[in-house]
Amino acid sequence: MTKKQKKMLIRILVSGALLIVLHFLPEDFPHLEGVAEDSVLQRLPRMLLYLIPYGMIGYDILRKAFKGILNRQMFDENFLMAVATVGALVIGLLKTGDFDEAVAVMLFYQIGELFQSYAVGKSRKNISELMDIRPDFARVESENGQEEVDPEEVPVGSVIVVRPGERIPLDGVVEEGDSSLNTSALTGESVPRDVHPGDEVVSGCVNMNGLLRIRTTKEFGESTVSKILELVENASSLKSRSENFISRFARIYTPAVVFGALALAVLPPVIRSLFLGLSPEWSDWIYRALTFLVISCPCALVISIPLTFFAGIGGAGKAGILVKGSVWLEKLSQTGTVVFDKTGTLTMGQFEVTAVHHSPLSEEELLEFAALAESSSSHPIAVSIRNACKTPPDLSRIGKVEEISGSGVIVQIGGRQVAAGNAKLMAKLGVPFMECHQTGTIVHMAIDGVYAGHIVISDREKPEAKEAIAALKDAGIRRTVMLTGDRDAVAKEVAEDLGLDQVYSDLLPEDKVALLEELLKSKHPNEVLAFVGDGINDAPVLTRADLGIAMGAMGSDAAIEAADIVLMDDNPLKIAKAIRISRKCMRIVRQNIIFALAVKAVCLILGALGIANMWLAVFADVGVMILAVLNAIRALFTKEV
Amino acid sequence: MKKTYKIEVDCANCADKMECAAAKVAGVESVTVNFMTQKMIVSFKDGSEPSDVMKEVVKACKKVEDDCEIYL
Repeated sequence: MTKKQKKMLIRILVSGALLIVLHFLPEDFPHLEGVAEDSVLQRLPRMLLYLIPYGMIGYDILRKAFKGILNRQMFDENFLMAVATVGALVIGLLKTGDFDEAVAVMLFYQIGELFQSYAVGKSRKNISELMDIRPDFARVESENGQEEVDPEEVPVGSVIVVRPGERIPLDGVVEEGDSSLNTSALTGESVPRDVHPGDEVVSGCVNMNGLLRIRTTKEFGESTVSKILELVENASSLKSRSENFISRFARIYTPAVVFGALALAVLPPVIRSLFLGLSPEWSDWIYRALTFLVISCPCALVISIPLTFFAGIGGAGKAGILVKGSVWLEKLSQTGTVVFDKTGTLTMGQFEVTAVHHSPLSEEELLEFAALAESSSSHPIAVSIRNACKTPPDLSRIGKVEEISGSGVIVQIGGRQVAAGNAKLMAKLGVPFMECHQTGTIVHMAIDGVYAGHIVISDREKPEAKEAIAALKDAGIRRTVMLTGDRDAVAKEVAEDLGLDQVYSDLLPEDKVALLEELLKSKHPNEVLAFVGDGINDAPVLTRADLGIAMGAMGSDAAIEAADIVLMDDNPLKIAKAIRISRKCMRIVRQNIIFALAVKAVCLILGALGIANMWLAVFADVGVMILAVLNAIRALFTKEV
Repeated sequence: MKKTYKIEVDCANCADKMECAAAKVAGVESVTVNFMTQKMIVSFKDGSEPSDVMKEVVKACKKVEDDCEIYL
C-alpha cells in the first residue's frame, strides 16, 4: 500500500467507527430543552455531530467538487457525490432526521475508490514484474579484469561474462563455456535450453549452471530484451473497440443520468401538485434524484475494461505470447481463418534425413558414404546428411572429388567410386535406380557403378504441428490454409498429414501477398484472418493480414516489428492457446460490461420507483466495481486456458 | 513527432477525461492516455514545439482533473 492509500484506510476506519457510535446513540440525543420536537433546530446538533465523520471522510471530495465547479466540470464524480451527500444531509435536517445515509454513502464511495486503486496498483505491479526482464548490469571482461557496467554502455564485440543465476544482458555468441539457459521469462516454457561454444544466445534468458563467456553481437538498444520491453511498455496503447465503446458510453452516461435525476426531482412533484391535486412530496422525489446521482458514477465500467485487457496482455506475456495492443487481443478472439507459412512455422525449416531405402548396405554405412561424398559441400542437403551420421566419418579416406553441376558428386573413397546425386546423375552413369514414393529431396547412391539405394531428405513437420491444427479446429477456427514456396507434392503431403483445409504451393514471396488479398476478399466480413509466419521473409504478408502472428521471435527483430502478436518460441500450439486466452479475455470484458450495465439499470429503475434507497445505490456502485475488478484480474491466469 | 510522458492519475474515468482535454489543445495531433501503464502518448502536429504544447496540455488536464500529474 502506498502512503496515500494508508492514509485513506485510516480515514475510513476512524470515520466508520465514529459513524457506528453515532448510529447507536439514543435517538433524541442531544436533546435541546425548550425547543419544539421534530423541528429543524432540534435536529441541528445531531447533524453537527455527524458532520465530524462526514468531513473526515469526504473533505477531499468536497474540495475537488468545489474546484470542479470553478472549472465548470459539472459531471465530475466528486461533484456528483458531493451533491448527493449534501442533499441527503439537508433532507435529514429538514425532514427525516436521518444522517447515517449521507456519511455512509461517502464512506462506501471512498472504500470503493481505495479498493480500486489498491487492486489496480497491485495488478499493475504483478504484470510489470512478470515482464521484468531488464538486466541490471553486464560484466565486461577487459585487460584489468572484470567490470560491472550498465548494459547500455557495452559496445558490440565486447566479451561479457555471465555467471550461473545471472540474466544474459545482451545478445551474443558463446565463446567459452557450456550451460543450460532458462528461457521461461521469454517463452513461458520451462524446458531449459543447452548452449555450447558457437551457439547464439538471446538476452533475457537466465544462465542456470555454467559460467559463460559471450561475445556480444548487438548493442543493448537492439538486443532482444530491449525490443521486448519496448513492445510490452507500448502495448495496450492501441485501444480496442470495447474500450472505445466504454469511454464513449461513459461520456454520455453520466450527463444523461444527471439530467434524469434533475427531471426526477422536478417533474413528478410539479405534475402531482398542478395536475393531480396531490401534495408534491418534494423531499421524497429529491431523495430519489439524489439516489440517481450516486448510481451515475461510471467508474466500475471505465476501470474494468482496460484492466481486463491489461491483465489479458500480461497473462499472455507470461505464456510467451506478446500482444502489441488490446485491439489485437480483441481481433485475435474473432479469428476465423488462419493462414500459415509452411517452412519454419509448421515444419522445422531444417532438412533432415527421414529415410534410407533399397540399400544393400546398412543404413549407417550408406550414410557414412554419403556424408563423405558430400563432405565438402555447405548445401543444406549435405549438412543434413552429415548430421544424420552418428559417428563423424574419417575424412582422410576421401580421394578425388568430381562435382557434376546440377546432378551431384562422384568421389573416390578408399578406392571405391561413390556417386551421390539425383536421378540425372544415375541416368548419366547408366545405373538403373528406383523411384521413391516418398516426398522430399532424394539422393540416389551408386557404389562402383552398382545402385546402392537412396536417401530421403525432407523438412520435418514440427512434432506439435498436427496437434496445433486440431487445437485450432477445436477452438472454432473454420478454415486453415497453408502457403508455401515448396513443390506441390511436398506441400500436399504436409497439408494432408496435418489436416489443413487448403494449400497453395509453388509460391514466390510476391505471390503470397496477392493470394492473401484474395483470401481476405473471400472471408466473412466480421471474421478476422490471421497470418502466421516465422517473420523471416514474410513481413509483407504479416503486415497485410488482419492480424499478423510471428513465431520463434527470439532474436528476430523483423518479426517483432512486422507482427501484431509475437510468439516467443516456435511452438505452433501457442497459436490456439493465444486464441483461447483472447477469448477468455473477451468473455470477461463482455461479462463486465453486461453485469455493470444491468446492475446500474436495475438500480436506476428501483431508485426512480422509490424502492432503492441510497444505501442500495452505493452498494450497487461500489459492489459492482469490486466484482468487476476481481473478474478482470482473472484474465491474468492463463496457465489452464 | 510522438512523445511519451509518465503520468499519475487515480481513476480510469479521470484518465479518459484527461485524454479528451489534451486532444483539444492546439498543436496536438492525437493523444492516448494509458491508465494501466500510467502513460500519456502525445503526437504533435508538424511545426509545433512539444514543450510549449505540453504546458498547455498540463493546464488543460489540471482543469479537468485536479489530482493528475504529468511528468515532462
